[in-house]
Parts: sequence; structure tokens; C-alpha cells
Amino acid sequence: MTKARALKKTLPLFMLAIPGLLYFLINSYLPMFGVFIAFKDVNYAKGIFGSDWIGFDNFTFLFQTKDAWIMTRNTLLYNLVFIALGTVFSIMIAIFMAELLKKVYAKLFMSGLILPNLISMVVLSMLVFAFLNADSGFVNKSILAPLGLPEISWYTESKYWPYILVFIQIWKTAGYGSIVYFASIAGIDKSIYEAAKIDGAGKIRQIRTITLPLLKPTVIILVLMSLGRIFNSDFGLFYQVPMNSGALYSTTQTIDTYVYRALMQLNDIGMSAAAGLYQSIVGFALVVIVNAIVRKVSPENALF
Amino acid sequence: MIQTRGERAFVIFSAIMMVLFTLLAFLPFVLIVVASITEESSLIRNGYSFIPTQISFDSYLYLEASLHTFIRAYGVSFLVTVLGTAVGLLITSMLAYPMSRRDFKYHNVLAFVVFFTMLFNGGVVPSYIMWTQFFNVKDTIWALIVPNLLANGFNVLLVRNYFKNNVPLEIIESAQIDGASELRTFFKIMLPLSVPVMVTVGLFMGLAYWNDWINALYYISKPQYYGIQNLLVQLMNNIQYLNSGQANVVLGAEAVDMPSTSVRMAMAVLGIVPVLFVLPLTQKYLTRGVVIGAVKG
Repeated sequence: MTKARALKKTLPLFMLAIPGLLYFLINSYLPMFGVFIAFKDVNYAKGIFGSDWIGFDNFTFLFQTKDAWIMTRNTLLYNLVFIALGTVFSIMIAIFMAELLKKVYAKLFMSGLILPNLISMVVLSMLVFAFLNADSGFVNKSILAPLGLPEISWYTESKYWPYILVFIQIWKTAGYGSIVYFASIAGIDKSIYEAAKIDGAGKIRQIRTITLPLLKPTVIILVLMSLGRIFNSDFGLFYQVPMNSGALYSTTQTIDTYVYRALMQLNDIGMSAAAGLYQSIVGFALVVIVNAIVRKVSPENALF
Repeated sequence: MIQTRGERAFVIFSAIMMVLFTLLAFLPFVLIVVASITEESSLIRNGYSFIPTQISFDSYLYLEASLHTFIRAYGVSFLVTVLGTAVGLLITSMLAYPMSRRDFKYHNVLAFVVFFTMLFNGGVVPSYIMWTQFFNVKDTIWALIVPNLLANGFNVLLVRNYFKNNVPLEIIESAQIDGASELRTFFKIMLPLSVPVMVTVGLFMGLAYWNDWINALYYISKPQYYGIQNLLVQLMNNIQYLNSGQANVVLGAEAVDMPSTSVRMAMAVLGIVPVLFVLPLTQKYLTRGVVIGAVKG
């Protein structure tokens, strides 16, 4: 093939890729070059490029504050609990769903369970507000009051929020998360169960010795992949659902909410950029480490 | 297949558990629907409840009073969702197509360029400064469409995998021997053969646009550009403000205009309605997307 012919073959394909490629270059790659902002004392009068270099000062300041510890701790702990409980509940739902004999029912239940994952965090925050607001919320008015318990001002008491947020996250994601496990269970050869039954294994035993072991590879991969994102949090869950309440920061501040608040509310570009870069770099390292582990465990599932 | 008694018991137990889980997933929605049709004073007196004490459709009628704001926000959301999804789907699939062609010299280079964006990002600050200072998207409709939402690596790779695994290269080659150009091959052969993945990715994108409120949080300060989600955010902030006590000081005529609790809930209900319409579709297509996405191709 001559060079001209090769070009004639390559060029049209390349042209098709250009709009998308351009978008990724602007939206994803240009900001990567902007990480230098974290090392500057940004002064709009001097412009981004003209501002003074200050080395690691932003990071030094950031890690001297209590915020750095709180947001890191919250981000990591919430994610760990989300991964653990989310996996357990998703598998449970998938196992129950696989037992339903009529497919129509399974589909109906599935729709109901997916719905929480399709609504926005804003609507979700309103659902939560209907339950928790101090004056007319369902929990205070219809649960605590009839029991003779004192009302609780949910949006100012930080100690309850770890439980509330975990509950909300599981409520939102468990049904959706069960889809993958349901598909895996559906793919298990039925004759294995038949053989186990002939050997006298009851249902619980079949689940313990057949279903769960066969789900193990899927679980390992999904858990590892979520561990790679353990430094990221769902901004809406930690910002809008607690109604941006200052009294709750100790249990609701994550790296993502800190980055937003520092940038948009405190106008502290330096701190925000430093926290953002901290998140990106640790996050990147985590993905690389996790991928190395996945490649050991099951090479065909490795990302790269 | 004969069922033992133990097995039958487990099937019944599973069914009961599924009913419980589904109820648990569903009841919060019932609570806000009921709140939206409850008489305001009764809502304040008795609190939110699953059984409406005094039914009143005032909140939905009230929406008519603030119809202008509401319709505008709904319109913004629809426009952004339709435009964003259409353009996003087009550039996503156009990029995925060369990546799926093993006979294209640079398919791996493209794949890496896309894939790397899933591993590392420059963070919020550089991207915020870029969109506001260099592209001036602040308080324009573009702020709701372009930053972050137009295309993402996950979707591109999803489409690439589908193209690669479901449309044999022989079909493409034979079309081109017959004289079809790449553009023609893409639109007349690749896309029609890939409707399922297009629907899946279209749903992902559509839901992301409809539910997005974060872009507006960063880039929009003028309420006329608020979509339905940000209108809801604004209304919720007003509640906060009223509860904070500061309101007493400055409350004037404005307070009278402030929509009541049941109106807010009515708006939330109307914000979910379009999602309910696509729910039957999601059943089939999102499931497929999740499964394909989890298994690397």
C-alpha cells in the first residue's frame, strides 16, 4: 500500500474522531496542565500565569488545618462502609431476586429497586428532608412523638449523620448494584444445583457452597474497582442531602465538598486547588495499585 | 423440577424480602406525593404522613401562579437534556467508531487518550478557571451542556466495545468494497446495527443531564438559567433561610410569594415524572449497560 493510499484510508476515520477528541483535549487534558495553580498564590489582578510561585505553601497550610484530616478520614471511612454494606445488600437482593419464579415479578421488583438510583441528589435531599426536618418531618412527628421520645434537630446534630448517610447511600445504590450480581447468578449452570440437591444439600447450603463461591470473582473485581475510587465522594450526597449545614461538617465534609466550599464560598483558590490535586494524585496512585492487584488476581479483568 | 419443602419455603421467603425491599425503595416517594396533595395547614400541624389527612390539590394549582418560573425551568432542563444527549451521543459514537476498527492504525492511541481521562483529572479548580476565564461560559446555557457532561471515557469505551464485538469487520469491509465511504459506513451500517448500545448510552446521558445541578452550582448565578433541579435547590435554600431565624428580620412582601412546603413537594414530584417515563426502558437497557460495563471488553 502506498503512503497516499494509507492516508486516504486513515484520514476519514481520523476526521470522525476529531470532535470527540477535541472535547476530551479541552475538557480533560487542558485542566491537567492547570495543576500548577496549586503551587501559586493566585491573584486575579496579576492573572493566573502572572501570580507568584509559592512552592508547596498551599499544601503546608492545608495539612496544618484540622480540615485536611477530617475530610480525608470521612472520605475514606464512608467509602469503606459503602463498599462493604453495598456489596452485602446487592448480593442479598440478587439472590432473592433469582429465586422469584416468574420473570415478570423479577422485572417489576427490579424497576422499583432501580428507581432510587435514577433520581437526582436534589430530589433525594427533598425526600430526606420530608423525613428529617425538625418541625414537620415524618421521623419527629410520626415516629418519635407517638413513642414519647423527644424530637431531634437532625440538621444540627452531626453524630447521627454517619448512620443517615450510610442508610441513604445503600437505599439509593443497592438495587442498581444488584443487577451485575443477578446477571452472574443467572449465568450459573443449573445442573450444579441439581447435583447438589441430589446429594441432599438444602437451599441455604446451596447458596453457601455454590452461589457465593461462584460470585467471588465478580465480587473481587467490583470491590477492587471501587477501592480505586475510594478517594472520591458523591458531592451531592455530602453537600445537598445534609442541606449544606455548617453544624454537620465534622461528619459530612469530604474532599469534594471541601474543594467546592474553599473555591466557591471561601474564595480560597489556593486551598481548593491543593485539596483537588491531593485528591487527583492519591486517586491516580490508588487506581494504579488496584489495577496491579487485579492483574495478579484475574488478568482478564485488569483495566490496563 | 421438583421442589422440596425447604426450597418452597425459601422461594416464599425471597418473595417476602423482595416485597419489603421494594416497598422500602418506594415509600419515600409516596411520602412526598402525599405531601404534595395535602392541605398546607394540615401538613404543618400533623407533619408528613403516608395517609393524607386533608386532600387538596392547591399546590398543583399554585404551580399555575408561579407557572412562568416553573415552565421556564422545565424548559431549560428539557432543552439541555435533548441537546446535550444528541450532541454527546454523536461525538461519542463518532469517536468510538475509529477506536473499534482494528485495521485503523491509531485505534490504540485513541483508546489510550480516552482511557487516561478516566484515571487522572486536573481537578475542579483548573477546570473551573478554564471554563470561566477562557471560555466565558458563566451564565450561559453552554455552562449546563458542555463542561464534564458532553462525553465521558466510560461511555466511549462502552460504545467501542459494542461496535467491536457485535459488528464484524467483514460487514464493514464488504460495504467499502462496494464503494461506501467511511462516513456512509458509519451512519448507514454501524449505527443501525448498534441501536441497543445507543439507547443505553443515550439513557445514561439523558439521565445525567436531567439530574445535573452541579454545573449550574458552579457556573450559573442568574435564576433564568436554572433547570428544574436548581430551581428545587433554590427552593430548599429558602426553607433553610426561613428556619434560620434571619428571615424574621428581613421578611417582607417576599415571604408571601414563597411557595409552601406542599408546593415544593409538588415540584419534586414533577421533577421525577420524566424519569418515570424512561423507567420501563431502563429495565432492559441500563441493565445491559451495567453488565457490559462491568465486564471489560
